[in-house]
Amino acid sequence: MTMETETRFNWGEIVRLGLLAAVIALSLNLIGLVGTFAGRDIIGGMVSVGHVFLFGAALGCGYIAAQRFSGGGAGNTLLGGLVIGLLSSLPLVVLVLIAEPLNLRQFMPYVSPALLEMLTFGQGQALGSLILIVVASVLGLIGAGIPLLPSRVRQPLIWGLAAVFLIGLLAEVIILAWGNQGLGLAIRRFVFAARGLSILGASLVFLIVVGLSAWWNSRGEGIKARVNALPPERQRNLRWGGIGLGILLLLFLPMFLRTYLTEVIDNVGLFILMGLGLNIVVGFAGMLNLGYVAFFAIGAYTMALLTPSEYGVAGLSFWTALPFSVLAAVLMGLILVIPVLKMRGDYLAIVTLGFGEIIRILVLSDFLAPWIGGAQGILKIPNVSVAGMELVKPEHLYYVILAGCLLALFVSWRLRDARLGRQWRALREDEDVAEAMGINLVKTKLLAFAIGAAFAGMSGAIFASKLGSIFPHSFNLMVSINVLCLIIVGGIGSLPGVVVGALFLVGLPELLREFAEYRMLMYGALLIVMMVARPEGLWPSEVMKRELRAGSEEPLPAGFVVSSAER
Amino acid sequence: MKYSKALSILMLTVLLVSACAPKAAPFECTDAIGCVTIAPGDPVRIGYALVLSGPNESLGIDSRNGIEIAVGDHDTKVLEHPIELVGEDAMCSAEGGQTALTKLAADPSLIGIIGTNCSSAGEPASRIASDAGMVLLSPSNTAPSLTNPDLAWNPGYFRICHNDNIQGAAMAKYVYEELGARTAATIHDGSPYADQLQEVFANTFKEMGGTITAQEAVNVGDTDMRPILTTIAVGSPDFLYYPIFIPEGAQITRQAGDIAGLENTTLAGADGMYSPDFVEAAGDACEGMYISGPNLAFENPIYDHFLEVHLEKYGKTLSVFHAQAYDGTMMLLAAIEKVAVQDEDGTLHIGRQDIRDALYATKDFDGITGNLNCDQYGDCADPEIAVNQLQNGEYVPLWTYVP
Amino acid sequence: MQTTIRQRFENIDYLDIALWVLRIVIIVAVLWGTVATILDNPYSTEQWLDFLIFGLAQGSLYALIALGYTLVYGVLLMINFAHGEFFMAGIFTATVFVAIPLDASGFTDRHPIWALLVIAVVAIATSMGIAVLTERVAYRPLRRAPRLVPLITAIGASFFWQYFFRGLYGSGITAFPDVALLKGSWTILGLEILKSQVVVIVASVLMLIGLYIFVMRTRMGKAMRAVSEDKDVAALMGIDVDRVIMITFAVGAAMAGAAGVLYALMYRQVHFFMGFFPGLKAFTAAVLGGIGSVPGAALGGLLLGLFESVGPCLFLEGLGITSPYQLKDVIAFTMLVLVLLVRPQGIMGERLAEKKA
Repeated sequence: MTMETETRFNWGEIVRLGLLAAVIALSLNLIGLVGTFAGRDIIGGMVSVGHVFLFGAALGCGYIAAQRFSGGGAGNTLLGGLVIGLLSSLPLVVLVLIAEPLNLRQFMPYVSPALLEMLTFGQGQALGSLILIVVASVLGLIGAGIPLLPSRVRQPLIWGLAAVFLIGLLAEVIILAWGNQGLGLAIRRFVFAARGLSILGASLVFLIVVGLSAWWNSRGEGIKARVNALPPERQRNLRWGGIGLGILLLLFLPMFLRTYLTEVIDNVGLFILMGLGLNIVVGFAGMLNLGYVAFFAIGAYTMALLTPSEYGVAGLSFWTALPFSVLAAVLMGLILVIPVLKMRGDYLAIVTLGFGEIIRILVLSDFLAPWIGGAQGILKIPNVSVAGMELVKPEHLYYVILAGCLLALFVSWRLRDARLGRQWRALREDEDVAEAMGINLVKTKLLAFAIGAAFAGMSGAIFASKLGSIFPHSFNLMVSINVLCLIIVGGIGSLPGVVVGALFLVGLPELLREFAEYRMLMYGALLIVMMVARPEGLWPSEVMKRELRAGSEEPLPAGFVVSSAER
Repeated sequence: MKYSKALSILMLTVLLVSACAPKAAPFECTDAIGCVTIAPGDPVRIGYALVLSGPNESLGIDSRNGIEIAVGDHDTKVLEHPIELVGEDAMCSAEGGQTALTKLAADPSLIGIIGTNCSSAGEPASRIASDAGMVLLSPSNTAPSLTNPDLAWNPGYFRICHNDNIQGAAMAKYVYEELGARTAATIHDGSPYADQLQEVFANTFKEMGGTITAQEAVNVGDTDMRPILTTIAVGSPDFLYYPIFIPEGAQITRQAGDIAGLENTTLAGADGMYSPDFVEAAGDACEGMYISGPNLAFENPIYDHFLEVHLEKYGKTLSVFHAQAYDGTMMLLAAIEKVAVQDEDGTLHIGRQDIRDALYATKDFDGITGNLNCDQYGDCADPEIAVNQLQNGEYVPLWTYVP
Repeated sequence: MQTTIRQRFENIDYLDIALWVLRIVIIVAVLWGTVATILDNPYSTEQWLDFLIFGLAQGSLYALIALGYTLVYGVLLMINFAHGEFFMAGIFTATVFVAIPLDASGFTDRHPIWALLVIAVVAIATSMGIAVLTERVAYRPLRRAPRLVPLITAIGASFFWQYFFRGLYGSGITAFPDVALLKGSWTILGLEILKSQVVVIVASVLMLIGLYIFVMRTRMGKAMRAVSEDKDVAALMGIDVDRVIMITFAVGAAMAGAAGVLYALMYRQVHFFMGFFPGLKAFTAAVLGGIGSVPGAALGGLLLGLFESVGPCLFLEGLGITSPYQLKDVIAFTMLVLVLLVRPQGIMGERLAEKKA
């Protein structure tokens, strides 16, 4: 009975999806995403990022509709897709018609003549609107058609399209990493257009990915089975081989990635370092800290003051100053944790947030400016040097940051399963019970804050030397928020999760730098989508997985069952 | 040593690039830091690194509009090659400047970059652009350190805006000598720009014999300025200088009128508030206020043309830094036209040191912001500072000063 | 066992000593600064009273925004980071689509009360719409997720709405038109007070009382309190939990929307970033007053406003600190820490231990 109502074709649902697509498409137009990226090609001269934003909603909602009514018959489903596409284009047509007479641009700057020109394909209002409706309807239809295909066709097709989209989107970055020598240049000119892929390149990428995906579809299971059938020793060898390969890859990464991407990885590395530190405080010990940037700032300023910089007082080298930076951050961690020892949950969050702000305002203030530069920051912080050689290039600094990350990973990993780690976990679960079990709350909390602060101090020290100059504005609340987001998106309490989270939330926005003013919009949307889709994080820890599984087996109270079924 | 290594890599890349280009006429690159070769039909690429996100983004968007209009005025072409803009968000921070410039500098076909907006981003940006052999032309870095060879100067760095040292001192001179004020107070907002400007103003004012009654600071995002203004009113200064940005500046302007003790105080700001937006945000309260800045004489024909294009293309005008960005782009394009060697088939060869030399040699360049001349450390702004007064919502230049 | 207990006692002793040292240092600094300022007294009595009124006006805005945090926290135990954006969305939309066209057409000059009413309705409705939408998309699917997860979606929603409205209406600063009716000042009890400040303070107090009655006296308010006590039990009692939560968001956002209008009347400018700092301050105010408590949020907001206004010149100036107003947030947060050291649940909050926050 319920199955039937779910799969039966439902025009009300189709209209709702169509309206959703319409709202999304209209919003993307009004906030300027469509117009701004109309010139940013994915496939040179054919498909631009603007087109994807313009028609993505029709395609996507058509797809969702067809999936939801998988049993509803092909004809109806396709018709539904068509209707969704049609509905999604209607507000755009209205926009085209009313924009000029109502002078919408005085309210919304992105409703510009250039946008209207794009929406009508340069064909004038009447013909242009017609084209718009037809294209959107057809794309809705195609979206609805994809789930109807048998899976061995569908999957390679989706992979192929996704690959073309991604490579086209990241074309600029890929070209940067590709280099300009001999054969590379020749291939590059062949595959890429001025912006995005060339038509030939796009077809090539599509064909290759479709081929690979089809091959994996037919053979993948067999290969997996063969690997699983290997004797345990061989399997272990295989795993160690994989790990070895990974380490080799890490060591030689800068050579493949070249300067810019290595710079991105360096930035990700600094955030991994901070993420590992915050993971101890939030992930292991369960103390929400929104002012983590304070320790980062202390590390950076200590480094700047101890080296021969503009305001330097000691003239130490990077390596001598580094332990002091870490020590200063640890000391600050110990001082800051004392007042918050008795606070819990969100009270802790706001107080730590306050600490972060206090540190930032103090380093910015006129009051301390004679000693630490105030708003003018500190210039001329020397580079990291090894054996008389200055490490200025991102490729060289990479190894310093890698070493820091590996050290932090090792420490976190050893602590996690050690006595202290288990005490932290007990603390996270229930402070009162933990105390009753004889755990020294004060000591464990102090240690969590101190170790967490140490990693951030190290990260800050490297950050200062890497930049050569520091300004108070680099140490704002956004850093704390970013670090918190990355450990939770990665999977709270999980060490690989920190790495994955940092790659996603620091690396990806870096690669999409050309989206400039829209990056934060996408970052926000990404946070929501990722958390709703995977509340446990991208790479959850074993403990968290178990807890979530246990949670789902609990019988839910009546109200929740009702409300979730309504959905 | 690091420099020579970077150079050798660069030379190698350039050689390889040129090796692959069709060899119609033999060209030998004799430039000290390498050449860029642009094959026939290929675009001349110009980068920009501006603040395009966050609370300061209107500065960057404004500058970008200036760059785009400059390129448009060149018909998107230089020496028969199309101009292509490559943009990055350098944000308003040192790390933003570093990442954006690392990305731009990794592209060996790039000749010059317009950027950055914030001096904090400019510091690492200048170093990286310089190491890569490129030139960086900033529309709004005002920190004196960037053209101070003892602090953060690098070869290849230029700016079209005023060094704070010039503007702050000019304002003090005007206030002391022309307005006859003897006591003054300042407010900054924690940005390096405002902090430096008020510091220079205060020092010059004191040297001339004036008294500074208070040097205060607000935070970005503050709205309630009445308490701080009440504190300042205690010293009842003749003059209040707050060279900050529009949101906080407009609040101070509006609220100063409500404070007992500031009725006779003359208000003044700097080019961060030189914008129709400021007039709108501050309302009637800004009438009679003084604003220092470059001498944007509004009868300037280049600017009239610019405003016309801007209005058509972007709907409305924003703050002042589009003008500097426009001039910087124009200067760079002029330098390219001057030094490029063109083969018969249209291939362009551009020496990187030649570009720098051409820019350093800029003399009497006619720009929106005046008559541009670059000195040996890349300060190119027209040294003429104008003090404008807001009369009926218009910026009316009253006094100009050339140091 | 014996030794661990001894160790614990020793540790707690050190801790207490450290805490006492901290308190004493702060209190001595505050007293010293105050005494020094008063001895030096640069301000007249009128100026001191001005400081108080400025602080009250600013504080009542904080209080209105803080209510949204506190209501949502009460029912969901969740920090709604996007609340400042609800505040911004309403007034930004109302300014662009209502206030500016009405002003340009001269309607505002002819019928200022009606114009303000329309502006308020549009602002409140937009704020509510955005809040309900955010709750539906970003929070409802996560009711059963670990507690930090909705915090992250709230942060995401905050960024999203900021930049969404930035795209919609542009990144410049939009001036909120002057309302002639509210220009100038009234003399009350011999004090000259700006009309806009009087309106802000009076409107805030009325709304706070209204909300308090709503929460304590109406059926829906009762349902809200039931849900905040225990969702599961409330559901068993026949309360539609999802609906109550949605209405809680809507009510909180309505307060934020109204606060937006008052903000615009007082400061006369709107832009896409305007919600961030007031949101942060209001969150601080909510915690200061005791998060989850309506009168607490009001008290916290007022106190925060007062301390920001009076604190720098009273405490810091006497210590000879330059640019004291730059450090006003330091004062605000230090005060928060001091209060929480004495009352870990905030001034009017209930003990959280049983609630397991």
